[in-house]
Amino acid sequence: MSTTPRREKKLLSGDEAVARGAWEAGLKVAAAYPGTPSTEILETIAKYPDVDAQWSVNEKVAYEVAYGAAIGGVRSLTACKHVGLNVAMDPLMTSAYTGINAGLVVVVADDPGLHSSQNEQDTRWVALYGKLPLLEPADPAEALAFTKFAFELSEQFDTPVLLRLTTRVAHSKQDVATGERVLGPHKAFRVDAAKYVMVPRNAGPRHAVVEARLAKLRELAEQSPLNRVELRDRKLGFVTSGVSYLYIREMFPEASVLKLGFSYPFCDDKIRAFARDVEALVVVEELDPFVETHLRALGLKLRAKQPSFQIGELRPEHITAIVRGEEKQAKPFPARKPVLCPGCSHRSVFTVLRDLKLAVAGDIGCYTLGAAPPLASVHTCLCMGAGVTVHEGFRRAHAHAGRVVGVVGDSTFVHSGVTGLINAVYNGVKGVLLILDNGTTAMTGAQHHPATGKTIREEPTTKLVLEDLCLACGADNVDVVDAKDIGAFRRTLEQRLAEDALTVIIARSPCWQLVRTRHAMPEFKRKQCQQCYECLEIDCPALSKTEDGMIQIDPARCTGCNLCVDRCAYEALIPQREEPDADGCPGTCG
Amino acid sequence: METRTSNILFCGVGGQGVLKAAEICGLAALRAGQQVRKAEVHGMSQRGGSVESHLRFGAEVFAPLIPAGQADFVVSFDRTEGEKFRDMLKPGGMHFNKYLPLLRKHGIDPRFENTFFLGVLSRFLPLAREVWLAALAQGFTRAQAENRRIFLLGAETELGDGT
Repeated sequence: MSTTPRREKKLLSGDEAVARGAWEAGLKVAAAYPGTPSTEILETIAKYPDVDAQWSVNEKVAYEVAYGAAIGGVRSLTACKHVGLNVAMDPLMTSAYTGINAGLVVVVADDPGLHSSQNEQDTRWVALYGKLPLLEPADPAEALAFTKFAFELSEQFDTPVLLRLTTRVAHSKQDVATGERVLGPHKAFRVDAAKYVMVPRNAGPRHAVVEARLAKLRELAEQSPLNRVELRDRKLGFVTSGVSYLYIREMFPEASVLKLGFSYPFCDDKIRAFARDVEALVVVEELDPFVETHLRALGLKLRAKQPSFQIGELRPEHITAIVRGEEKQAKPFPARKPVLCPGCSHRSVFTVLRDLKLAVAGDIGCYTLGAAPPLASVHTCLCMGAGVTVHEGFRRAHAHAGRVVGVVGDSTFVHSGVTGLINAVYNGVKGVLLILDNGTTAMTGAQHHPATGKTIREEPTTKLVLEDLCLACGADNVDVVDAKDIGAFRRTLEQRLAEDALTVIIARSPCWQLVRTRHAMPEFKRKQCQQCYECLEIDCPALSKTEDGMIQIDPARCTGCNLCVDRCAYEALIPQREEPDADGCPGTCG
Repeated sequence: METRTSNILFCGVGGQGVLKAAEICGLAALRAGQQVRKAEVHGMSQRGGSVESHLRFGAEVFAPLIPAGQADFVVSFDRTEGEKFRDMLKPGGMHFNKYLPLLRKHGIDPRFENTFFLGVLSRFLPLAREVWLAALAQGFTRAQAENRRIFLLGAETELGDGT
């Protein structure tokens, strides 16, 4: 039998390539919570039946499951976005001390340019802070190769390995040659308290192990082909990592480059030698001056980007400006704002919150889109789960004369909202928390979670019943209302706000993208319209104003939810009694 | 093999099949043995926001993003979104805003606008008809016959601008 691997080329995204590389490396267990731009890693892994894959409750849980599997003897992986890794920082920091046994790869996807995130943090600092090796692929082909190498590195040095992507690596596609799956041996777990039980007496010696390991990793980084010197014209020498390398090759094809793929710990000797070999040294990196700071500490004379380039992602044409020492030019075109889908149940909830003039502690999910005018009814967005706890802070500060509510989605509530509810009960806070339960993790593209009763592979599992959970936590009242029944929702909310009690209102209605039910479009009566434009205040993408000041309904986008009908005081929008359309596609998916 | 890199920027709003169009064009280039790079953004775009996808192919391609002023084509499915990317076009590059009226003229169903424009685009790219049709069949698992018909309409109809 031939041992030559089959080299088939596929158009893979960086996320898909990480999944493929992990599978080829013999991955056995993978766990993650969805987060753009990392979500497709686990979605792709779940398609390999020989990997135990899961959506975890949150990133900390995912990290610990993957860690347990790794010390339990099999190659494991966890994947998250940058802010997701913050949630997992506690186990991450100490897992650097214990080491792993079988390989553990931690994939983290940063989002320079904030395509779909609440901050623009640079995760490379976590490698320095956590004393962990860091690999940075520039494209999907490297993502596959580096993932395989990461498992070897992890086992060779008994350490978790950080594999850092950015949006332009995770969501770029490229022709990638794939290989076969190679399974390693099961590495039996061996009881070793000094290694795995991190009490002070053991952790002290393990800290010494970490420092010694880092020194050895530094030696390897010097030798690693992932840190590649490309000497061409020596007038200009770039030091770079990640996708920025490709922009340099595009814009300065003749220049020399030191491409850092194994970017922490730094290969100081290689960097110094490269600096000697070129006339002018230029550091190009997205976001923070991570490489620049280190090279300056080495005492190297270099040119780097102006601080204005630390904000937002780099683009190929920026490289020229960086070499010239110029400031970043303002982005010329604003993007069209995303809006809640036509037929979205969040829209009716936010319409009520706005009408009641409530201050709303919001959270992370599709419903964060309720912050944009004209709905403008989400007033904070900090991190996962904070809708519940910021609400408590509002109550304690007597903010907005007590006319406040907390809003959280179903998936987000399970992720980290429930701890805030337990805290509110324990510490005796009253008020109203809204769980907007659309039965999915909608913003990241409809992933399952415990309260959907399905696993990542659509298999049925024990369903978490949110109302039972909230009662068990000790909420005084738990009401379940139809999110689209505006009257009932508003009555319930007003009644509960007037009480001295802690109430959870579960506003339930499935995500429109999942059900796609469509009813007859309302009819617009020109003669009745008083041009008050109250109907436009619901921010429905199916409604617009025509040039003559009238209202136009887009039949391709209208789902017949009749929320606009409810807003019209002049009977200019008339509901139509027809049966749902079988097709029901308004074409709002990507 | 064609050595020059082809740079195509697809743009529009969520729901217009912008990403799908770029994907199929990329599959066609892959089938033709080209190096392919494609950049896109998922997430917010699915909620009615702006959508753009950069597709580049040739003998050797580096950046997944097209450098400003180097796009050969801006394939726009929305006039306003298309206008934003005028500066991305190279001198003499082709902007598809001028072909938007063709969609109405031929009564193209919004769900097939991307297929029609791929047909139009195929006239100008160094990719054979058979790789396009194979990529189309690979990319669209539903309504394959209709997609093929609309693609060929785009590939063969009178464009009305002399090309």
